[in-house]
Amino acid sequence: MGNLDLARWQFGITTVYHFLFVPITIGLSFLVAGMQTAWVRTNNPKWLQATKFFGKLFLINFAMGVVTGIVQEFQFGMNWSDYSRFVGDIFGAPLAVEALLTFFLESTFLGLWIFGWDRLPKKLHLATIWAAAIGTALSAYMILAANAFMQHPVGYVYNPETKRAELVDFFGVLFQNTAVIAWVHTVSSAFLVAGTLVCGISAWLLMKGKAREMATSTVTMGAIVAIVAGVFVGISGDADAKIMVVQQPMKMAAAEALYETAGPAPFSLFTIGTLDGSQPLVSVDVPGALSFLACGDFTCDVQGINNLQAQYEQTYGPGWYTPNIPITYWGFRLMIGLGMIAVLFGMWALWATRRERVPSSKWFLRAAILMPFLPLLGMSAGWIFTEMGRQPWIVFGLMETADGVSPGVGVAEVIISLVVFALLYGALAVVEFGLLLRTIKQGPPENLPADPYERSDDQDQPLTFAY
Amino acid sequence: MLSLPPVEVSNLQLLWFCLIAVLWIGYFVLEGFDYGVGILLPVIGKTEAERRAMVTTLGPVWDGNEVWLLTAGGATFAAFPQWYATLFSGFYLPLLLILVALILRGVAFEYRSKHSSAKWRRNWDIAIVVGSFLPALLWGVAFANIVRGVTFAMTPIAGVPGQPSIPGESPIYGGTFFDLLNPYALVGGVTTLLLFVTHGAIFLSLKTNGTIRERAHALVPKVGVAAAVFAVVFLLWSQLAYSGGKMWTWVPVLLAAVCWLVGLGMDRLKRDGWAFVFSAVTLGLAVIALFGMLFPFVMPNIDRAMPGLAIPGASSTPYTLTVMTWVALIMTPIVLCYQSWTYWVFRKRLSADMIPDPEVGSLDHVGVGS
Repeated sequence: MGNLDLARWQFGITTVYHFLFVPITIGLSFLVAGMQTAWVRTNNPKWLQATKFFGKLFLINFAMGVVTGIVQEFQFGMNWSDYSRFVGDIFGAPLAVEALLTFFLESTFLGLWIFGWDRLPKKLHLATIWAAAIGTALSAYMILAANAFMQHPVGYVYNPETKRAELVDFFGVLFQNTAVIAWVHTVSSAFLVAGTLVCGISAWLLMKGKAREMATSTVTMGAIVAIVAGVFVGISGDADAKIMVVQQPMKMAAAEALYETAGPAPFSLFTIGTLDGSQPLVSVDVPGALSFLACGDFTCDVQGINNLQAQYEQTYGPGWYTPNIPITYWGFRLMIGLGMIAVLFGMWALWATRRERVPSSKWFLRAAILMPFLPLLGMSAGWIFTEMGRQPWIVFGLMETADGVSPGVGVAEVIISLVVFALLYGALAVVEFGLLLRTIKQGPPENLPADPYERSDDQDQPLTFAY
Repeated sequence: MLSLPPVEVSNLQLLWFCLIAVLWIGYFVLEGFDYGVGILLPVIGKTEAERRAMVTTLGPVWDGNEVWLLTAGGATFAAFPQWYATLFSGFYLPLLLILVALILRGVAFEYRSKHSSAKWRRNWDIAIVVGSFLPALLWGVAFANIVRGVTFAMTPIAGVPGQPSIPGESPIYGGTFFDLLNPYALVGGVTTLLLFVTHGAIFLSLKTNGTIRERAHALVPKVGVAAAVFAVVFLLWSQLAYSGGKMWTWVPVLLAAVCWLVGLGMDRLKRDGWAFVFSAVTLGLAVIALFGMLFPFVMPNIDRAMPGLAIPGASSTPYTLTVMTWVALIMTPIVLCYQSWTYWVFRKRLSADMIPDPEVGSLDHVGVGS
């Protein structure tokens, strides 16, 4: 394996790993803010219990998201220096805005939230978690706007003298439809993840007889969030598919393993045969559905891989412009399938806990334990699909991934960093998961008074909370 | 892309060169004491309650402090992409070490309190010490190497597919990892390490009471004098060898020396607030001196007769710099306001006897006026 493949593996591993924590951070920060709002409004201790319990899970997850995020910001320069030179004029700006506008917001206000329970007035303290939550969502917007430039470059000119893409329309880059739709899709998926997480854990608590009053409320809250988020995921996913057909038709064709242009084009549910779906033994299709997905009517033409390959050779010169079909085809299916299962589980949970029932089915318990993982893996699959489906491009139509890698960084250096990150991330995953499980098994704090805090600015009062 | 003096720098480019320096000042002043407290954790914190009090002085602020580094990185990417690309790919292994350190200590701060087992906490303490020591040392090594200059190699630039291509080249770092470990850079590393340890001890004097404060006070003169010796050697070496004969950089160098001594004196007088202000100003002046010596280059050639990476060759377009200037002008004051407010909210001095029982003072148990 050369420098390029190693750098790609490292980017893939560190990014997918980082993105296990991101959706939970985004979704759960809002849900915890919602729980605390319910507490402030009703003064019911069950909502304080929920805030404390899910807040702790949130913080365990958040720490990992923060530290793995630093790697992401450095990695562009370390491993993708030619990419950074080429797009820095455009891509650097949203990254810098992200740090200045949102990282400061998240980190500062979370610090205030963690340590401010007895320091700040009740409503001001509530505002800190909302500020942090809004910070996470804005942060997602900035990085998705940067990513959208890689999927669909706009607002730039290529300057042959400096040999780089140069920004001419900042707001064009920031607010192009690719970015807006990707943000709605990603953030609603994050809510699906967090909703399922809260629902699954609460269902487990309920069945184990822990914190019954709280869990009855949070199981419903999680399920409703998951179902509503699922609707938004579906709508934004559909919009995303429609612009993908226009902006990156090859990715859509690869997602469907559609080799020849077809109209009406069928939507393939799954195939058995070769992994890339080129010679299916069994293939289950919905006739016309891909056409509908792509342009809103059941008969329109959807371009196939072979035609697009020929077309790109015309435009960009000889080369291989087809992404890895097995990964895009199955990544697309896993993304949709796992997301749908999570929504179905939300409905099941609502039914099983209707009118404050405590579910007793063994299958429901198993599903509750398994379920939080599925939409999270679905999101990983979706990102792997999106990024792999853009290949061989790092910036679609402008720069190939092979041209973006750092020319000065040797194979030995990338092997060292890849091994170091893999070992460190692996060890931290074990520690983090152990801590999450321990916290969940401990269950929420019991017998809380309605408001345990004596808020004061007295500088000599003992701490109620310390690290 | 590489240039020889004289170098023409536009006002926008100069502004962004200064803003990058400001971000590094923010980072060194704020996370500098974080690193110092982290390194001193086992030295000053003899009991678990003392160590918890020390970590709690950082608890609400360390993450916000670290964002200064992320912003410096992001702003360098946006304003000087050639600098970002050349530096980050060139100093690959030291940056990897810094990343590992930052990961370990960030997780350690957040996880150490979430389980009361002594072994769990001891392990995270090790992570905090190592994770604070490495960046405190390595940022000095990195900065010294930037000021000292590097050798460059050139690599071809790929054209855009489907467009007529004119051949071109980009500069990359031409040295090896071991070239970065030269005596001057190591002096720079020890300098930042000792400055941060002293800065951390002064911060602890300001933020604590009781045994922690006493030990911190006792430590400041010892480390502070050692830091002064190294800093004087380092800054004089920089000024004489690498400033390109600039006279004005003597001003921040000498002022830094004066402020440091005043800071140490204030600490002797137990004027902790003033001691902290002066050690912070010293760090700021040191960064100003180094950026001043660097100017108009961002990565000079180690052989000053050869072309190096200068501000215009590294910078973004005027349009991008203008956009970024608006963002920075609007956002920086807001950030400074709410970050200062955090320090105000958590202004009280902590001591070991204010630390609640470990099973009470964690998130899953709410202490009721314990």
